[in-house]
Amino acid sequence: MAITLNQSIDHRQHSRLSALVASQTFWVVVALCLACLYLSFETDSFATSKNLYNITRNVTFTAIIALGMTMVIITGGIDLSVGSVLCLSSMILAITMHAGHSIEVGILAAIGTALLVGAFNGILIAYLNFPPFVVTLGMLSLARSLAMVASNNTVVFEFGPDHQKLLSLGGGAFFFGIANPVIYMVVLALIFGFVLRWTKFGRHLFAIGGNEHAAVLTGVPVRPMKVAVYMISALTAGIAGIIQTGWLGAVTTNIGAGMELQVIAAAVIGGANLAGGVGTAFGALVGAALIEVIRNSLGLLGISAFWQGAFIGGAIILAVLFDRLRNLRIND
Amino acid sequence: MTVLELSNVSKHFGAIQAVNDVSFALAAGEVVGLMGDNGAGKSTLVKMIAGNFRPSHGTIRMEGKVLNMHRPVDARGHGIEIVHQDLALCDNLTAAANVFLGRELKRGFGPFGILDYAAMYRRAGEIFAELKSETRPRDLVKKMSGGQRQAVAIARTRLSDAKIVLMDEPTAAISVRQIAEVLALIRRLRDQGISVVLISHRMPDVFTVADRVIVMRRGRKVADKKIAASSPEEVTGLITGAIEAA
Repeated sequence: MAITLNQSIDHRQHSRLSALVASQTFWVVVALCLACLYLSFETDSFATSKNLYNITRNVTFTAIIALGMTMVIITGGIDLSVGSVLCLSSMILAITMHAGHSIEVGILAAIGTALLVGAFNGILIAYLNFPPFVVTLGMLSLARSLAMVASNNTVVFEFGPDHQKLLSLGGGAFFFGIANPVIYMVVLALIFGFVLRWTKFGRHLFAIGGNEHAAVLTGVPVRPMKVAVYMISALTAGIAGIIQTGWLGAVTTNIGAGMELQVIAAAVIGGANLAGGVGTAFGALVGAALIEVIRNSLGLLGISAFWQGAFIGGAIILAVLFDRLRNLRIND
Repeated sequence: MTVLELSNVSKHFGAIQAVNDVSFALAAGEVVGLMGDNGAGKSTLVKMIAGNFRPSHGTIRMEGKVLNMHRPVDARGHGIEIVHQDLALCDNLTAAANVFLGRELKRGFGPFGILDYAAMYRRAGEIFAELKSETRPRDLVKKMSGGQRQAVAIARTRLSDAKIVLMDEPTAAISVRQIAEVLALIRRLRDQGISVVLISHRMPDVFTVADRVIVMRRGRKVADKKIAASSPEEVTGLITGAIEAA
């Protein structure tokens, strides 16, 4: 029987299942599940509600910023300033509340600061064609320095009249004993996932990462979108900063130091491609979760903490190696 | 019926005269080959029609109305579609996503509308069928052949009610079999009453598919004649300057 043109146009080369199995995120999820399963049998302390509570909460800070980072990476950019932006936002929140303002004013100031920093990064990158690496590297240094100046490099642990509100916002568990940060993370992930998959904005982010010139020619507002993306990245850092401040109950100028690398690692393990054009919100969560489980398990298994970097580094390389192998097969 | 009309169009960049006093008209359903050596001014001419540049002198009329464009996207609104030389495709997206790039179909209300994947796959499939190209809307462009990639870029021009399609070197970097596919696509556009301007270096392509050939040399139009009344030898002479004008 001859195959008509319409049949071959309608033919789907990949079923949903084969597409799933071919994705890096899927295998990271498998690795994550296997690791959790192994740890549940091997140790008495992994599958306890206390430990799971800790893991899920620790994941959130990296995961929330990894959501924003994934968006930046999808456009083919990078944001090295997130750790410092987290610090600056936390410090602005702490200082504002310490000065006697309400928690609402504090959060507004912190978010406003983050958005301002993001807009600065974005405008330099989009309109003045600075390389993202350079701009955000500069901001990495600049934002933390500003936090030190603002606080005179002291530790802030008194947050004025709304002190308790802030602590319960970050440290409490309003719903069914799930740590609050986890709820925020899930809500944000759902929003990011929705935007990436179902909106024009999301579709255009992928287009910019795939072929920026093509995006310009087809009428995608590339420059404003790039500014928006760095603002979103900074916003996630600001949100993570607010939650972390509430959880820790104190802010030092060290908070979030080196976090950018962990966040980028989470995004990359979760399937985001640093060359641009590929990434998912779910992947960001999974990547962050894998890193946290590795960290947690080393402690539980009694392996020296010095090995932590080796395992996380190995996970990054393995995850990307898998992707490379798959691409090799396609190219052959 | 005249669709596009250029009258005495010139473009200079500083002291450089890229296009000098060029006039021509394009009828509905006509395929015109635009030929010339590198630097002859054909790209500049096309970029003016596409809205990338504004002419220094002269006017461009579309169905009698003077065109006033500021951005490349404006050309679309006037029924002018461009197939860029590099095709302007995103390898990481599906064929359907590329076809609808910048013009995504949505369902729901206004700004809250969500992407209508089903409608875009269906419509893209219809266009590929219409172009008789074996291209699957759900496939990633990364994995496609040169001919299929051309089909995706050409499919874009079928989304709106385009009157003119400008094609910049569509056969420059593809295999012989795929060239035949692309020429067939051009014929299909013509059959639907669309005028095509084919910018090409390849003599056989122009002589196979075009009704008329316009030759540019050093910013000037040196020939504008029916394909039937010309020959590849003559056109080669016109391009190089061995023949002054025809």
